[in-house]
Amino acid sequence: MHNRRNFLKTAALAGGAVALSGLTGCAMGSRPRGHVVVVGGGYGGATAAKYLRMWSQKGVDVTLVERNPQFISCPISNLVIGGDKQMADITMSYTGLRDTWGVKVIEDSVIALDAAARKLRLASGGELGYDRLVLSPGVDFMFEQVPGLEREEARSRVLHAWKAGAQTVALRKQLEDMPDGGVYALTIPRAPYRCPPGPYERACLVANYLKKSKPKSKVLVLDANEEITSKKALFTTAFERYAGILEYRPNSELREVDAASRTATFDFDTVKADVLNVVPPQRAGDIAAGSGVKLVNKRWVDIDWLSFESVNTPGVHVIGDAIFPAPTMPKSGHIANQHAKIAAAAILNLLAGEAPNPEPVLMNTCYSFVDSKNVIHVSSIHQYDAAKKVVLPVPGSGGVSAAANELEGKYAMAWAKNIWADMLV
Amino acid sequence: MKLLRWVAGLGLAGTLGAVWAAGQPDPNLARNLAATCANCHGTDGRSVAGAGNEGLAGTDKDTLMQKLRDFRSGARPATIMHQISRGYTEAQLELIAAYFAARK
Ligand SMILES: Cc1cc2nc3c(=O)[nH]c(=O)nc-3n(C[C@H](O)[C@H](O)[C@H](O)COP(=O)(O)OP(=O)(O)OC[C@H]3O[C@@H](n4cnc5c(N)ncnc54)[C@H](O)[C@@H]3O)c2cc1C
Ligand code: HEC
Repeated sequence: MHNRRNFLKTAALAGGAVALSGLTGCAMGSRPRGHVVVVGGGYGGATAAKYLRMWSQKGVDVTLVERNPQFISCPISNLVIGGDKQMADITMSYTGLRDTWGVKVIEDSVIALDAAARKLRLASGGELGYDRLVLSPGVDFMFEQVPGLEREEARSRVLHAWKAGAQTVALRKQLEDMPDGGVYALTIPRAPYRCPPGPYERACLVANYLKKSKPKSKVLVLDANEEITSKKALFTTAFERYAGILEYRPNSELREVDAASRTATFDFDTVKADVLNVVPPQRAGDIAAGSGVKLVNKRWVDIDWLSFESVNTPGVHVIGDAIFPAPTMPKSGHIANQHAKIAAAAILNLLAGEAPNPEPVLMNTCYSFVDSKNVIHVSSIHQYDAAKKVVLPVPGSGGVSAAANELEGKYAMAWAKNIWADMLV
Repeated sequence: MKLLRWVAGLGLAGTLGAVWAAGQPDPNLARNLAATCANCHGTDGRSVAGAGNEGLAGTDKDTLMQKLRDFRSGARPATIMHQISRGYTEAQLELIAAYFAARK
């Protein structure tokens, strides 16, 4: 009743749409109906697909287009690189979304968006129409900003492993093949990039491996930023524990790479490594960045925080790493999951003719391993500010661990198992 | 149903909704707030068996509220819940606790 009344009232209020109210005789119940297409089955997209089905009591049709046959998690992938976990530990199937939730999962790539016609084009040749679209494509890399890595061949020698999968396996292999006494060099781009603490966690876990297995080796962390961008005090302490193995150099922006000799050039320095791991600068994934939705700094999608709808392209909701973040909000799997739930709730409201929830709340936690067992976290809670039209961190809330500890090593895995189930099972 | 699709298709739904938005709490507010806990405590508070975080589904509301207040005040030591519980208003925590209590 409630919803029906709301709809009639809104329809009547909206000048041009008055005529609609005459048509609502056909059961305007609370149940949203329509077809939502989700592009990208990662942290944001898989969560959105599940929650759209769950919260609509399976009343809304959901199609998920994902190019990979399986989900492979970036969180916990640094433990695979450090040798503490296996790929099987971070690989999951989409059968839960398919069988339990009735999501139509299509293994394909979306190559074009026609927002005016509400249609997508697939790499396999087909087309897909939608009533509302969710884009959660994650990031793509700006290799054009890293001279020497423009070509595919160079990129097969100098890895990023910043999307989990084949590169994760390959980087682990390079570390296993590295002689004792070798140099592992990791370059970090200027913020914002996917997962602020991720590179420092990786540096710790590689140092942890080398300390045990190849103690004459070195880890060089070359950071374009002027200081550690996340959990600075805690990572500084962790780095001290790897003194003699790990060296951290701030203000080191990568200028050029010679893949053949695995040499990295900086403004005042050149580093020759045995394993060179370049995390390149990033922007919204291609399908979001190239589809006409408004970008900020030509990199990240500008969205409305109540619905995650693009500010200039109606019907297109963008979530996860691809968006221009709110103040202090990181690009993380946890936050992508939270974006997805706000977007799903808003889409279901909109499909039922109602406004999005006017007071969304979301929270983030990033757990980082500093060795095989000890973990540190950073957490934050963000509430909507109606005057500023953005979500803002709540003063006095959130924070970091007092110190690295084993108990949070357990909680970090509990987080992983629960968030994986929350998106896929 | 067709109508809704049509409304959505025209991009009107967003516009219509915006007109109505002012001041009304969302009928699904408790559900939406509780979903912010699911990353660690499981979908609808049903934690993955053996994962290592407590499930919240089906726990009595007052018990949940007492635990959350103890986290907030610092009476109960925690690795993270003291920081998280301080990010929500008392009224929001009440909605969340009632929602989980009702999940059987
Ligand atoms: C090493 C590392 C460690 C991390 N650790 C943590 C952590 O501990 N905690 C945390 O919260 N976050 C962590 N993150 C960050 C987290 O992985 C990302 O923030 C998260 O994956 C973002 O979710 P997303 O949905 O935006 O993108 P993704 O999860 O990357 O999903 C995007 C999906 O879209 C698909 N796709 C893209 N374009 C198309 C297309 N055109 N057609 C079809 N499919 C497409 C891709 O194949 C991919 O599956 C880490 C990241 C890294 C690299
Ligand atoms: C980042 C993961 C995380 C999130 C998100 C989270 N929790 Fe927790 N929760 C924990 C951990 C870890 C503990 C154990 C106490 C501690 O060390 O903080 C816990 C403990 C609890 C407990 C006590 C359980 C018991 O009986 O001992 C309650 C109640 C609780 N959380 C409620 C919530 C609510 C409500 C939310 C959402 C507003 C929430 N939690 C969000 C990680 C989380």
